[in-house]
Amino acid sequence: MALSREQIAMRVAQEFSDGNYVNLGIGIPTLAANYVPEGISVMMHSENGLLGMGPYPTEDQVDPDMINAGKETVTAITGASIFESAQSFAMIRGGHVDITVLGAFEVDVKGNIASWMIPGKLVKGMGGAMDLVAGAQNIIVTMTHANKNGESKLLKACTLPLTGVNCITRIITDLAVLEVKDNAFWLKERAPGVSVEEIRSKTEGELIVEGDVPEMQFN
Amino acid sequence: MAGFNKVVSSYEEAMQGLADNMTILAGGFGLCGIPEGLIAQIKKMGTKGLTIVSNNCGVDGFGLGILLEDRQIKKMISSYVGENALFEKQLIAGELEVELTPQGTLAERMRAGGAGIPGFYTATGYGTPVAEGKEVKEFNGRNYILEEGIVGDFAIVKAWKADTFGNCIYKDTSMNFNPLAATAGKITVVEVEEIVEPGQLKPSEIQTQGIYVDRVIKGTFEKRIERRVTREA
Repeated sequence: MALSREQIAMRVAQEFSDGNYVNLGIGIPTLAANYVPEGISVMMHSENGLLGMGPYPTEDQVDPDMINAGKETVTAITGASIFESAQSFAMIRGGHVDITVLGAFEVDVKGNIASWMIPGKLVKGMGGAMDLVAGAQNIIVTMTHANKNGESKLLKACTLPLTGVNCITRIITDLAVLEVKDNAFWLKERAPGVSVEEIRSKTEGELIVEGDVPEMQFN
Repeated sequence: MAGFNKVVSSYEEAMQGLADNMTILAGGFGLCGIPEGLIAQIKKMGTKGLTIVSNNCGVDGFGLGILLEDRQIKKMISSYVGENALFEKQLIAGELEVELTPQGTLAERMRAGGAGIPGFYTATGYGTPVAEGKEVKEFNGRNYILEEGIVGDFAIVKAWKADTFGNCIYKDTSMNFNPLAATAGKITVVEVEEIVEPGQLKPSEIQTQGIYVDRVIKGTFEKRIERRVTREA
């Protein structure tokens, strides 16, 4: 069965290693903060200028000067640091953030990503997404495998305006975990109960399946 | 004003010299860390044809959004806009121009402008619509695009505290673009919560140095919260 948003977030969190600095985009990626495996410490980077983002505040902790990149009220953990925007993006562009997780409309076999603009719809902007995909060491895209009409979002070539080129190496969808290399999607894991055939039918770009593909494990 | 004393006592004085068609760099991220009183003064002055460089454009009725009400803004250079209906309306009607710039590139353009660096290469935006018309250069097998530094006729900045010499410190994430904007204004105006005497801020704590600052004014702030999210105690 296809994973829920929470299950995708749980699977994302399994990618974290002890000591990682992590930037989580809005939506499913943000939920991954709730599922950091026990015994592992990660520090969350928020691109408006906070390293060591904590949970949402309680009512009496709310501070208008303390927000995250989604403009939500937030707290800082012990040992956090706060800095200006050029410094924040130096951390990103300079490759100092270990893992970035973000959503997308489309990804293709070259590792190109489209996530910010749908022609004909109002364009609000890319925010920090272009900097993040150009800079992070390890970028994970989370999205549903297909759109509401059942059409694949894992394509031969992106059709929408790009956010970045040749930058995506790992995708976690509601159906599968895939790697992107050599102009193909490599199937690494299946969601529990989802067949290789179903994944293949919803993957437009070339899909490479090696041997028996394991199911994702959730504790 | 005498010597290094940058303190002004009225908003009129703070924004004196602002004229039509000028470029203003504004600190702030969303509604966090915005110079509320300086924005209100620009609205009061009715200055038109402004180009505003700011990550966002406020919301309907607050922040930079109020400058849309009398069509004072000609162009926004921002990374994310459209949190306000009026913005959308003016954009669709062709009354407002928007130059979308990636957030990190926007910050670096301000930093470069203030540091006397006319341009820099970044991988951000290569191969995307942002790269259109920009020079591409390869370094070590990777492609980068040329982005230009940016300076403003005015920079409007929100700090937490300043001393009378214009040395500033910021509170928490209200810092955001403020120290960058402060370096890149021909005239930099800082609106603060508290003005203190020189010596009350430790020299090593100063986040914007007085050399960048022309005017300091004490403001009062509503500090509206854009997305109030809480958890159970």
